[in-house]
Amino acid sequence: MTSPRRLSRRQFGVRGLQLLGVSLLTGCDALSQSSWFASLLERAEGLTRTVQRAITPRLALAREFTEADRSRVFPGNGTVDPSEPDYQALAGGGFSAYRLEIRGLVERPASFSLAELRGLPSRTQITRHDCVEGWSAIAKWKGVRLAALLEQVGVKPGARYVVVHCFDALREGGEKYYESLDLEDALHEQTILAYDMNDQALPVTNGAPLRLRVERQLGYKAAKYVRRVELVERLDTIGQGKGGYWEDRGYEWYAGI
Amino acid sequence: MVLPERRVYRHALPTRLGHWLTALCLLVLVMSGLQIFNAHPSLYWGERSDPDRALLRLKAVETAEGETRGITEILGREFDTTGLLGASRRRGPDLEERGFPSWATLPGDQWLAMGRRWHFFFAWIFVVNGLGFGLWALARGHLAHDLWPTRAELRGIARSLADHLRFRHPSGMAASRYNVLQKLSYLGVIFALAPLIVSTGLAMSPAMDAIVPWLPSLFGGRQSARTVHFVACFTFVGFIAGHLFMVVVTGLWNNVRSMVTGWFRVHSKEGLDDIT
Repeated sequence: MTSPRRLSRRQFGVRGLQLLGVSLLTGCDALSQSSWFASLLERAEGLTRTVQRAITPRLALAREFTEADRSRVFPGNGTVDPSEPDYQALAGGGFSAYRLEIRGLVERPASFSLAELRGLPSRTQITRHDCVEGWSAIAKWKGVRLAALLEQVGVKPGARYVVVHCFDALREGGEKYYESLDLEDALHEQTILAYDMNDQALPVTNGAPLRLRVERQLGYKAAKYVRRVELVERLDTIGQGKGGYWEDRGYEWYAGI
Repeated sequence: MVLPERRVYRHALPTRLGHWLTALCLLVLVMSGLQIFNAHPSLYWGERSDPDRALLRLKAVETAEGETRGITEILGREFDTTGLLGASRRRGPDLEERGFPSWATLPGDQWLAMGRRWHFFFAWIFVVNGLGFGLWALARGHLAHDLWPTRAELRGIARSLADHLRFRHPSGMAASRYNVLQKLSYLGVIFALAPLIVSTGLAMSPAMDAIVPWLPSLFGGRQSARTVHFVACFTFVGFIAGHLFMVVVTGLWNNVRSMVTGWFRVHSKEGLDDIT
């Protein structure tokens, strides 16, 4: 029954599928390189943020765990020992000369020593840290609520983002690490600047003397080695303009997923 | 006796559209998913990823002779999977440390940020398309008429299975309708596997975990959810392999054409009134 015409048409179909497969694979890599397609894919981030924010009660807390749930070893990822001379000098002195600066769109710019931060009301939480790479670790964090500090300095009406500037550069002489949050996450109950981890002073590996904890987003938002907090109206004038070190390298600013 | 050939309208437009969109989404989601997996090519059970308690780990090791080998470690037992898992070639002759090989990932090179962009964009299409198709199938009776097996069909499962294993597939008008094994596997994929892979994916989202804390717990923790997500992914790959195999052995061109145009050709002596 099979006519030659039929056969060739079938072959044509198979060849077509093969061609489609191969061109799809090479084409996808070409698409990843093209800016128009990358920015099309980036639209999904806005959708995810809008939907997740819409269904998240503002005060919804990340799950808190028990002491027994903690990881035996909490990995140090990214920078684990900043080589910058100013940081090394502070670390050499046990961070006694460290001062956290808060400036930008605030009524009363201020700076705090570690002793002053420890003197403020604290929050302790045992939470799970989810790295964008895929691993999770649980630790106990103690620190001062970012909201409490912002209340002390007074946020000006135009401020929309909290930018956290850090001491470390992932590559020597490269851009310094930084991160940013909108006010909703900055004022969240569990958003703290942590000085203790597992009842000990925060080790250098994990961000001494002070690291940010943002519990409803991925680990790269939880910046280590915090030097300065700045309130700003917009992010496009800082770094490469995407709101964070990894964001400038293609990662999502909204890291809730 | 040569039976007359006639055309049967087999697949409605929403089915065809949903099918091809799903096919595209799954291709992208599997490959970008393996790209994301490669950023930390290990699996665990529970909330945490304790390095000493990995269920599965893909890694590269250097032998005493200075040779790179790809190792797949499953429950502590090591298997040499050089060239495929743990270490494979991208360009040139050298083995590079890489969980899944570059031909299986999107993008081909290690590029987590772009893998995530692809993954979440197509995850949205997969979910919206799946919900749309599911609601349409419910509302328009596709589910009840074409996918839900009858009691008689369920009693005939063993028979159908034996026929499939002997490559005796339904012919004539019966071939234009789904048989009981098709119905069960399509139902399983649409109403069990797809919801499972989406919910385990969402369970890995820290924001979702603040909204619905029971979601990761349902699977035994965030790392368990990641493991189930991975297993569900390969269940999808297995289903697709079986599906493509059946498409080929039961008439590639007729099957593909019916999923493109809707029209399926059968050789049947049955009356015209059988044709819907």
